[in-house]
Amino acid sequence: MKYAYYPGCSLHSTGTEFDESFKAVCQSLGIELEEVPGWLCCGTSPAHSTSRLLSLAMPMKNLVLAERTKLEEMVVPCAACFSRFKIALYEIGEDEELRKDVDEVVGSSFQGQIHVIHPLEMFDRVDSGTLRSHVKRDLSDLKVACYYGCLLTRPPKAAQFDVCEYPVTMDRVLQSVGIPTVDWSYKTECCGGVFSLTETDIVLKLVNDIFNEAKAVGADAIAVACPLCHANLDTRLTEIEEKYGVDYGNMPTFYFTQLMGLAFGLSHKELALGKHIVNPEPLLRERVPA
Amino acid sequence: MNESTIGLVTPTSELARAFKLESGVDVNLCFQCNKCTAGCPTSYAMDYTPAQLIHAVRLGLDDLILHSKTMWMCAACETCTTRCPQDVDIAKVMDAAKIIARRRGIQPPVPGVASFYRSGLTTIRLFGRMYEVGMMMMLKMLTRDFFKDMGLGMKMMRKGKLKMLPSLSLGRTIATWRLFSRVKKKEKRVTR
Repeated sequence: MKYAYYPGCSLHSTGTEFDESFKAVCQSLGIELEEVPGWLCCGTSPAHSTSRLLSLAMPMKNLVLAERTKLEEMVVPCAACFSRFKIALYEIGEDEELRKDVDEVVGSSFQGQIHVIHPLEMFDRVDSGTLRSHVKRDLSDLKVACYYGCLLTRPPKAAQFDVCEYPVTMDRVLQSVGIPTVDWSYKTECCGGVFSLTETDIVLKLVNDIFNEAKAVGADAIAVACPLCHANLDTRLTEIEEKYGVDYGNMPTFYFTQLMGLAFGLSHKELALGKHIVNPEPLLRERVPA
Repeated sequence: MNESTIGLVTPTSELARAFKLESGVDVNLCFQCNKCTAGCPTSYAMDYTPAQLIHAVRLGLDDLILHSKTMWMCAACETCTTRCPQDVDIAKVMDAAKIIARRRGIQPPVPGVASFYRSGLTTIRLFGRMYEVGMMMMLKMLTRDFFKDMGLGMKMMRKGKLKMLPSLSLGRTIATWRLFSRVKKKEKRVTR
């Protein structure tokens, strides 16, 4: 299998662990990736807060570029990029006038020859027997809370991803590689995303709520599928513990691909586990046989 | 009187019309169930709740809305849009409020958030991709808050999660510049 790959800006910087671990897991499974040549930023929040037309034109420009790969599907790991692509496709599909405007800005028209999917959908399609056959490390002592965040599932009319209020795809994928996941009610709560650098207090409150719930249900770690969620959970934990006088015992936040890679027996270096701010090694030493 | 005649006498404020033009969303569909507000993770930090903002658009209260903190405190998590029983895309209304306020030259009451969007978009326009270090430097210049998160930034840089230099490509810069200037030209034509 071969997919077009749109990493997005975060996976080349703050979310580099997601990029590295995703590629490593794909390699283990024999999945080939072709990075979309000349890809641009999806526009993200700065674009949709400033100009609707720009926020639609940027993803559509990238889809036009992706279409040239002649591949059938483009995989987009960053939940924020994934959302911008899905929303753009939905909106131009609903409004012919808007579509014409976007085409004019992009300079060519998207033909609909390539589909946008998330890595979770991609791995969910691999049958569980195949996933299990790649498992080389026992992670059955690690209890993980799957945190999907906002943008993978919302709004459902555009995202078309799982059940929007209680998704289970990540749970299913991780369980297939032998990782127990917990039921909890904060799967799709917001981490405060864009406010990380400016209204940090909001992020501290929202992320505290998330860790509080994860701890309450007995999770050892959180798994995410979005570099913005990861940044907020991983970088703000110490501040939260200080501000709210709580102790989450250095609960690490992993990209779900890092956990898959661990189960597949990949090295910590290949999965960029050393790049987290919250060091996951103590937990892994305690719960995962070497 | 039947439903269609009731529909005919329902007035639409100028502002509601402006929002419709900007976002394609008809706020008059709102029947104030407050579901958007109940599920909003940041409503506690807003001066008007999302439902109040929508109602104010219907009433045409330009000043109240465009000077409000509400849309700047929206995290764009789309919970409201997802749950609205009337299919009002509230998150898009929040975007439209920011865009209209900016177009009318109103100083945002939450300058940090507005500066973040401005800094982010500037680096995207220049390089075709987000350049975090450049964005953060510009944000610090705009907010004059130079020391916030410095320690964290250094730590991330040591871990190779922040790149000192932007990723440069002439082709990408030209493609982005072209996109931005076409959008600008087109929007000038529409909003004039």
